[in-house]
Amino acid sequence: MTGRGLFRRSVLAFGLAFLYAPLVLVVIYSFTASKLATVWAGFSTRWYGELIADEALLEAAWLSLRLAFISATLALALGTLAGFALARFPRFSGRTLFAGMVFAPLAMPEIVMAISLLLLFVNMGEILGWPSQRGFLTLVIAHTTFTLSYVAVIVAGRLAESDRSIEEAALDLGASPLKTFFVITLPVIAPALAAGWLLAFSLSLDDVVTSQFISAPGATPLPVVVLGSVKLGVSPKINAIGAISVVLVLLATSAAYVVQSRRGRRLRQRSGL
Amino acid sequence: MIRIEGLTKSFGHDRAVDAVDLSIAAGEFFALLGGSGSGKTTLLRMIAGFERPDGGRILIDGEDMAQAPPHRRPVNMMFQSYALFPHMSVAKNVEFGLRQEGLRGDELRRRTDEALDLVAMREFAARKPHQLSGGQKQRVALARAIVKRPKVLLLDEPLSALDRKLRETTQIHLLDVQKRTGVTFVVVTHDQDEAMAMASRVAVMNAGRVEQVDTPRALYAHPANRFVAGFIGATNLLQARAGGQGLLAEGVRTLLRPSASIDSAEPCWVSIRPENVAIAAPALASADANAEHGVVEAMSYYGDHTVYYVRAEGGAMLRAARFNAAEAGPVFKVDAPVTLSWPATAITVLRS
Repeated sequence: MTGRGLFRRSVLAFGLAFLYAPLVLVVIYSFTASKLATVWAGFSTRWYGELIADEALLEAAWLSLRLAFISATLALALGTLAGFALARFPRFSGRTLFAGMVFAPLAMPEIVMAISLLLLFVNMGEILGWPSQRGFLTLVIAHTTFTLSYVAVIVAGRLAESDRSIEEAALDLGASPLKTFFVITLPVIAPALAAGWLLAFSLSLDDVVTSQFISAPGATPLPVVVLGSVKLGVSPKINAIGAISVVLVLLATSAAYVVQSRRGRRLRQRSGL
Repeated sequence: MIRIEGLTKSFGHDRAVDAVDLSIAAGEFFALLGGSGSGKTTLLRMIAGFERPDGGRILIDGEDMAQAPPHRRPVNMMFQSYALFPHMSVAKNVEFGLRQEGLRGDELRRRTDEALDLVAMREFAARKPHQLSGGQKQRVALARAIVKRPKVLLLDEPLSALDRKLRETTQIHLLDVQKRTGVTFVVVTHDQDEAMAMASRVAVMNAGRVEQVDTPRALYAHPANRFVAGFIGATNLLQARAGGQGLLAEGVRTLLRPSASIDSAEPCWVSIRPENVAIAAPALASADANAEHGVVEAMSYYGDHTVYYVRAEGGAMLRAARFNAAEAGPVFKVDAPVTLSWPATAITVLRS
């Protein structure tokens, strides 16, 4: 092996270790027999058993998944409309203000958003009588609010670089503006919509700050529960949760990879390459 | 067919199209020719309905369409980028317009196939746009735009994305399709060769206005003004005024004697096309009217013809073009003294 080859390989190894060594350690330490998350005391699957038996945690995980799914879907619908308005209508009154307001949550400290949402819900409860207390619905509203900005940015960016004349061609051939949006615009930006939904989903899934303020007993997402339990000392149960999510992400990524490479091969075959 | 009356469009302070009047007959192959910023594309987009005019009328078969949205106009457009729908096959692209009319079943298939046959793309019907070459995309775009048999087909720079060899065959193909379908074609182009070779009539546009509308032959031989004379082909353009029995041009010593009579003493311009300027060795030429001595300052060789840049005795730089036929006479080198001459009929006098 040449000197340069060795250098390249060690850079690669260092980079991979930097990214993945912590994850590997979490997986390893989820199998410890010790009561402490950071101490190795022989192999055991005990913590997985305790995790399955812990109904509060499982409930919180289920709530987190539902919350992420619903708020990502709502954020996709609203964010797409906002992104479309910003990318396709260069002039309307209040456009600059609208753009600023859509993108503000990206730059604002999340805690500011969280406190203002809490204040809003408390005041609404006092003045309007709704929401009487915070729960799943307020969590959905809060998560949709901050994730839709990300969807809007992705959609507006994708639309800005896509050829406007494709939509004009559809109009020219007799499709109404609404039909053009659904039959031409949406399919063309479908990958951006998928990316936006996934981003919104994962942002919601691991959000702590906003959830902490908006959640209520009986409606507490997983990250808030985990953070709460960590205050009493890190249990290897947390490692087990970590290990499971690593495996899930790994499975999802490899599935996406397989699907994509199959589609790529099919396309190459069809075009005779 | 199409009558455009006083059509105006501004972007901010820019008058993109300034009170344009045009009328285009049914079945015509019409070209809008101009440089970038001349307003030709804005004019086309107003006919298609993508830009709303500030004023004026667009009459299509007598009906004012200036304010109608694009999907309610009997015109179709072929886009410069072709704008094929990337997620649809060639057949789906072509049938899209017919589907919007509510056509289904056999009739839909028959008319789609007909349009694909017209551009010889039937065997590619199942392909996606990204699996096609540039020339194939161009033909699919044409089929898609013409499948609804519009009253007018608008073509935005239809050949600009093709390489030179393909451009020539595509020109002939476009002419053929136009003749077979009888649809009125309106082509926007910045390429004068393209406009001259294809169109039955050409509108030359400049700074938002139409300078002249005429057949290609008339545009070249009888330009209406200085802009058209300089824009269409190359020419020798000289400022002149009446004097003696002819015209005195700036930078030229000889008297210009055009075949047409000179009716006023006002200053004017003359245009003499380079191919009408004969170049010869000085001893052989008589220094009569319509002949000028000079020195070759530069030359450009183009294979089929050579352009000589000659500094006239009077100081003007004159261009003389000569075809390089087998018996074209001697070749002149740089710095060689020569005599230029031109027939009286080659002098075009321009008043504006």
